[in-house]
Amino acid sequence: MAAPRTLFANPVRELGRALVFLLTAISRMRLTRLQIAETLRQVYFTGVRSLVIIVTCGFFVGLVLTLQTYDTLTRFGAGDAVSTVLALSLFRELGPVLTTILFAGRAGTSITAEIGLMRATEQLDALDLMAIDPMERIVQPRLLAGIIAVPALVLVFNVTAIFGGVVFAVFLMGVDPNTFWGNMQASVELGRDFMGGMIKAVAFGFLASWLAVYYGWTARPTSEGVALATTQTVIATAISVLLVDFILSAIML
Amino acid sequence: MNNNDSQSAAIRLEQVSFAWGDKPVLRDLDLSIPAGRVTAVMGPSGCGKTTVLRLITGQQIADRGRVLVGKIDVGQLKPRELNHLRRNIGVLLQNGALFTDLTCFDNVALPLREHTPLPEPIIRRLVLLKLQTVGLRGAADMYPRELSGGMNRRVAMARAMALDPDIMLYDEPFAGLDPISMGTSLRLIRDINRALGITSIVITHDVDEVVQFADYCCLISEGRVVAKGAPEDLAESEDETVRQFMQGLADGPVPFHFPARPLDQDLLDSGAR
Amino acid sequence: MKSSHQIEFTAGIFLLLAIAALVFLAVQATDGGAAMRGESYELVADFSNVGGLKPRAAVSMGGVRIGSVERIELNPDTFEARVTMRISERYNDLPEDTSASILTAGILGDQYIGLEPGGSPEPLRDGDAILITQSAVVLEQLISRYLFNTDGE
Repeated sequence: MAAPRTLFANPVRELGRALVFLLTAISRMRLTRLQIAETLRQVYFTGVRSLVIIVTCGFFVGLVLTLQTYDTLTRFGAGDAVSTVLALSLFRELGPVLTTILFAGRAGTSITAEIGLMRATEQLDALDLMAIDPMERIVQPRLLAGIIAVPALVLVFNVTAIFGGVVFAVFLMGVDPNTFWGNMQASVELGRDFMGGMIKAVAFGFLASWLAVYYGWTARPTSEGVALATTQTVIATAISVLLVDFILSAIML
Repeated sequence: MNNNDSQSAAIRLEQVSFAWGDKPVLRDLDLSIPAGRVTAVMGPSGCGKTTVLRLITGQQIADRGRVLVGKIDVGQLKPRELNHLRRNIGVLLQNGALFTDLTCFDNVALPLREHTPLPEPIIRRLVLLKLQTVGLRGAADMYPRELSGGMNRRVAMARAMALDPDIMLYDEPFAGLDPISMGTSLRLIRDINRALGITSIVITHDVDEVVQFADYCCLISEGRVVAKGAPEDLAESEDETVRQFMQGLADGPVPFHFPARPLDQDLLDSGAR
Repeated sequence: MKSSHQIEFTAGIFLLLAIAALVFLAVQATDGGAAMRGESYELVADFSNVGGLKPRAAVSMGGVRIGSVERIELNPDTFEARVTMRISERYNDLPEDTSASILTAGILGDQYIGLEPGGSPEPLRDGDAILITQSAVVLEQLISRYLFNTDGE
């Protein structure tokens, strides 16, 4: 930690360190009642506290996506396919990716800052001195909470976005609701399209919380160190989510 | 109490050397902390006081030499044994280091919940008693941010005592306190030590206060123990380093200037550029 | 203490909400609901050429969607394409002499199977075959036939 780090200074070494950190955290995993209660608390702080931004963004994404798609599709006389396009793009790509990037901005940054400041104010030392493993008490619950909260938020995002689509297509453009839902049900596969998206959501949740705790844990315990770490969390999450998204999409198709 | 023999020592550091990277901090340090007393470890900033504390708690391992707590060699412990040792040592860190997302009550309860199988009603009673000792039972449901720095440190003291340790370590417990808070802390450290018969180590550079609470005192400078004994004896010492520290002189064996090239050379260079 | 109980409670509500969203989306917005909603039965039909027909394509009668293509495989005896369709149980009395043809929605649209009812009083049952079929119109063949004809004149 002596030399100042930048995100791309030495990506391979950085990746190795992040991996060692993750393996350490996982190898010391111990599921006690206290641990589960703490995880649930973190689900509240990361998941419930992100609901407002997720619902707002989800609704408007659904609205604007339907507007643009409907306009394009009607030029080809295929306006009825709007619900299919909406559901497929949401379930497979937009839901998981946008939710995770919003999650990184809303919850990931606060996890990073919290852990960084815990280090700066010696709270991590204090845990160590009380013979409580900070990996177990601080890192693991936040890691688990991300894996739970992000898929849950993706589901909420998808529901509100589809609701936004219904508002535009059915209420404003007069698409027949039976056609809207019928086309969606006919062409969206539960396993490949919907569950495939949820697998992505779990992977992204894991990625986002891993990066958030890692940058918090390794942040230099100063104000600028914590500020830099929160920035890195957002950048690294956005980039790696898009990269992993491409890889997962290629595998699943 | 000056002629403490090694038998009654609770903690001993024998020929301990330690370096941060290639910067040596402690050089062949010998230190005995008598059991059941309040010992002050003093010295100028950066002399290795906090390192001594971190060696005792096993957060750092000595490069050479042995650190003995009772009969246990801290450097040889496996993680599990180290955790066992730490339950027996209460540490008050510089700013208290309370968990900001927990109330005072939960902060004090944390080590009890983690390390004892006690039912909640008993934990509640124990926590309230500890908070009563530091005079903050009324603040049990408040968050650390709602209390002053001095009160924060008193809550942290209650937390450090939660498991009834045999040894209490205080890292700079008076730094940045107003005179009233400082008086309170002084009295608490002394009272806790007397009441529980534990060994206390206070790391500090507040020379004037040391006399009021310490039974024994040792002065570290440049990685070595330069003087030890009763505080009164140290105050009258003729040693130059001791005098500089006890009287707060700006220059002396501990230089005012950070090591650098001669001033005229530096100035000439910058003029030439 | 009471606030930490509230936190855990709210987190629990949040997770229940997410599960409700999961069920809603799975049933209302994907084909998962169809399997749960109603019974269905299978029909098969042989075509000499299915063109660009794909599994999950629509099966409709009179413009109304009544089912979907389950799978397409080659019949090893006749070397024709065998298409298995899944038809909703609501339409369980299609006449025995119903005919099937592969049609295209618009010029560039997806291909689907259109069923044309016959007049027989006997209905088709699960696993029955539709005997009268018309293959897909393959654009390239149409064009070459057109070119060939003009050359011949």
